[in-house]
Amino acid sequence: MSTSVGKPIARVDAFDKATGRAKYTDDLCDRSALIIKIVHSTVANGLVTEIDTSEAEKIPGVVKILTCFDVPNLPFPTAGHPWSTDPSHQDVADRLLLNRRVRYYGDDVAVVVAENEVAAAQAVRAVKVSYEEYPVILDVFDAMKEGATQLHEGFPGNILAHSGFRNGDYEKAIQEPGLIKVEGWYNTPTVQHCHIENHICFAQMEAGRVVVTSSTQIPHIIRRVVGQALGIPWGKVRIIKPYIGGGFGNKQDALYEPLCAWVCTQVGGRLVKLDCAREETFVSNRVRHAIRTHIISWVRPDGSFAARKIECYSNQGAYASHGHGVGAKGMNCFPQLYPCANVEGDCWTVYTNRPAAGAMRGYGIPQAMFAGESHIDDIAKALGIPPLEYRNRFVMHQGYVDGFSKNENYYDTFRQVLEKGEAVLEYQKKYQQYQNQTGPIRRGVGCAVFWYNTAVWPISLESSSCRMVLNQDGSIQVQTGETEIGQGCDTAYSQMAADAVGIPVSDVHIVSTQDTDITPFGLGAYASRQTYIGGFSIKQTGQLLKERILKYAQELTRMPVANLDLVDGKIVRVPDGRVLMSLGDLATEALYSMTHSEHITAESTYQIKSNAYSFGCSFAEVEVDIPMCKVKLLNMVNVHDCGKLINPALAEAQVHGGMSMAIGYGLSEELKFDPKTGKVLNNNLLDYKLSTFMDHPTLEARFVENPEPTSPYGTKALGEPPACSGAPAIRNAIFQATGVAIDQCPITPHVLFAAFQEAGLFEEVCK
Amino acid sequence: MYDLAALYEANSVAEAVSLRLAHPEAQILAGGTDVFVQMREGKRAGKALISIYGIDALRGVTLEEDGTIRIGSLTSFSHITKDPIIQKYINVLGQAVDMVGGPQIRNAGTIGGNTCNGVTSADSASTLFAWDAIVELTGSSGVRRLPIQDFYIKAGVVDIRPDEIQTAILIPKAAYEGYFGHYIKYAMREAMDIATTGCSVNVKLSEDKKAIEDVRIAYGVAGPIPMRAGTAEALAKGQAVSAETISSFAKAVLEDIHPRDSWRASKAFREHIAVELARRCLTQSILLAGGAL
Repeated sequence: MSTSVGKPIARVDAFDKATGRAKYTDDLCDRSALIIKIVHSTVANGLVTEIDTSEAEKIPGVVKILTCFDVPNLPFPTAGHPWSTDPSHQDVADRLLLNRRVRYYGDDVAVVVAENEVAAAQAVRAVKVSYEEYPVILDVFDAMKEGATQLHEGFPGNILAHSGFRNGDYEKAIQEPGLIKVEGWYNTPTVQHCHIENHICFAQMEAGRVVVTSSTQIPHIIRRVVGQALGIPWGKVRIIKPYIGGGFGNKQDALYEPLCAWVCTQVGGRLVKLDCAREETFVSNRVRHAIRTHIISWVRPDGSFAARKIECYSNQGAYASHGHGVGAKGMNCFPQLYPCANVEGDCWTVYTNRPAAGAMRGYGIPQAMFAGESHIDDIAKALGIPPLEYRNRFVMHQGYVDGFSKNENYYDTFRQVLEKGEAVLEYQKKYQQYQNQTGPIRRGVGCAVFWYNTAVWPISLESSSCRMVLNQDGSIQVQTGETEIGQGCDTAYSQMAADAVGIPVSDVHIVSTQDTDITPFGLGAYASRQTYIGGFSIKQTGQLLKERILKYAQELTRMPVANLDLVDGKIVRVPDGRVLMSLGDLATEALYSMTHSEHITAESTYQIKSNAYSFGCSFAEVEVDIPMCKVKLLNMVNVHDCGKLINPALAEAQVHGGMSMAIGYGLSEELKFDPKTGKVLNNNLLDYKLSTFMDHPTLEARFVENPEPTSPYGTKALGEPPACSGAPAIRNAIFQATGVAIDQCPITPHVLFAAFQEAGLFEEVCK
Repeated sequence: MYDLAALYEANSVAEAVSLRLAHPEAQILAGGTDVFVQMREGKRAGKALISIYGIDALRGVTLEEDGTIRIGSLTSFSHITKDPIIQKYINVLGQAVDMVGGPQIRNAGTIGGNTCNGVTSADSASTLFAWDAIVELTGSSGVRRLPIQDFYIKAGVVDIRPDEIQTAILIPKAAYEGYFGHYIKYAMREAMDIATTGCSVNVKLSEDKKAIEDVRIAYGVAGPIPMRAGTAEALAKGQAVSAETISSFAKAVLEDIHPRDSWRASKAFREHIAVELARRCLTQSILLAGGAL
């Protein structure tokens, strides 16, 4: 039997997207829409005392101006998490639609509604806002200081949350004689997702309900948050999600859908559109948490761990959004990745006056891997053990089981991926060759592993629903609540559905758009879960549809169901392999039969109560031009064990994208803040140094395909993992090349200038 | 949708001059790669524009009878890079402007707009400074020519009178004959970036290639406007081609440049890079000129 799964078929949306035919949110918005533009605060910490809209209202074309004094007092949470019916597990509700108490430079204080963009922009400039100002707090340690202004009621010390763990006895273990202490502080920056399509949404009232079309990853969750924010029943809200130009987690949050929906209700239900500019996307959407990580390892001379400790200080920014989940995820993988009997961890998530941090591809793991894998090279250096050898000896072994998630390392994945990556980069040979270099231009190789898991079970709900509808010609429509956000799940789902039902993939019509009125309930795209989670309900629903088809086939052929199968779109009598009829003929008969007409459909929900480790590694080769303070990335390899590949071509593309993100994280990307005002200085794509093709070497993606036993298709996470280990691999390669350990990213020329100066490298090489 | 008061389109230089006089408040628009960006940001919102983009007479590179290279002000960066006259005589200019932005910007952006912006970081500017370029302006009383160093007044301000538009950039034969040059754009990434510091050097060697007969070095982002490093030039002129000459030349640029601290880069960092760029640009220029090191 031919299968679709495992084949590198072209994306189902490739032609529409390449020809510009695919419709995105703005393409769907009628040109009659009123334009919403936001007035953002120009202080980072303060209270709006007065808003003077008189000049702005005089501008021709201005329809309405609404301010923070007009919004309902209904604090709402924004994180794109499944709702919890247990109040203690619900996300922190700390935002209003517009905020009088402003907490970052760029907070939303008012909106202008106008007939066109020019009038709206002019009015935004003409609105005068007065503030009472408080001191600006950008760093976690300043926020935690005694006397620091409290940003939110109920969170003393600006600590949103703290969690930790204690395994074994750290204090006792460090008494062991002969231990070597390796300690480091590792800092990661505030970065932004930089998806191509900025967040945009439009809303209008229809039949007493508010309908919002949005560039989001999570339509069903957005419906709930809009309902909460407006104080209306959730059924009065309808969310439509068309094709979107990327999200990377930024759109796994209620961004401006609640505001847009509310403004719509304030202008008589007229169509209103809110389209974020890139400058706003950088500041007033979500960012990645900057995390300060402190690690202490007590190691024996043979490299084994006696005790370890990790402390993470996660910069939440102004609002809770995804909150503590991000830093905690990074902390919680620490005792798993390099198991050690005596290990302590603490994580504090701290409010500051930076933009609100939310979900971003990797969800705490890129930060944790930069810290943890930089630290592993620091240990290897301290002990004189080659870093790859160190990892091979001590990284998680086969058979490891995490007590909480019940995740099991079923295969010896780490050693398999490291072996493969080593071979592609020729790491060992180069590592020897690059030892003890002198001169201004030096090369180095580095590696790093990463820990990841799939989906959010058992912390949150995992559930997927699927609907399949049979057409006259034997083709089917497939719908799920999981969303295509550019990652290719429409294609992967089509392949899975084809195999589950027994039809060619060309007969699967995936319905890409999610509409909460008609799409089965699902939670959307996040946590690298789409392929894994969707697989359960697609397989189950496909089997259900197939059962119904074969039952109908029995009526038509009078053959026992047990002797029938659906193969490649044909009803086959199994014992002799004879094709009895095509599925198209069967479907036509089923719909138009004068004796038994039936629309054959299937729909089901699958609740998933498992999770899966998804591991891999990165290798990097760099050339460091010391006088120029520049790093050139010569080669980069990522190796992933994400189980069986559903579509190898899409998997490779996914890895390339993640590697690109890791390169920017390692070398160039960071939001810069004015220390006095808290204003983001580089909220544009010129000054924010997203890496380009020209900054990339050829990206090598490789896979180890150990079938995941908990998945119906043997698959697991690949969405976020590619972004997790690249930055520390680059850092470690620079370390080998120069002997200089950089404990922060991005490793920009400015950082290298200071570090090389301190290390005396310029005297050595610049004559 | 742009917030502009009016758009006037000139089809000839004369028409542009009279539009300038009729609408003194209006902003000249060439390729639009900066003006529209600023307008969108609100900096030039509500302004009137005089577009000179349709004046085809201002496009193209020609060699005048006396050997002067004439670059029409509306010549795009990509046309400059691919122009055979540029490639033959002052290839480094083509290389420098090929580092501006990305391909779309290089197709739309013009050398006239790049210099009239008056910004220190323009990739064309430091190279034109190093070539002793002449700026040609045309106004109601005719043509005015001035050295590019005099054209730049201060950051963002150049010497264009209310009735003038820039019509050409000229490189005299004496400035390029026998010279070989190299430009390094030091930026944070390999494309789509603005120079942290840019350095352009050209050099003329003695007939035996053993001595530096003349050398010119110019910088972008080493001060508020592009600038030459005269002390370094004077120091290297007439010296033997050697590593020592290059090294002392490179260090001497610090006498002339005065970059500032900003959130984009520190003064100390820019100075460090400026010295290294001088070293590398001069080395490469000497090699291109046939010198041995």
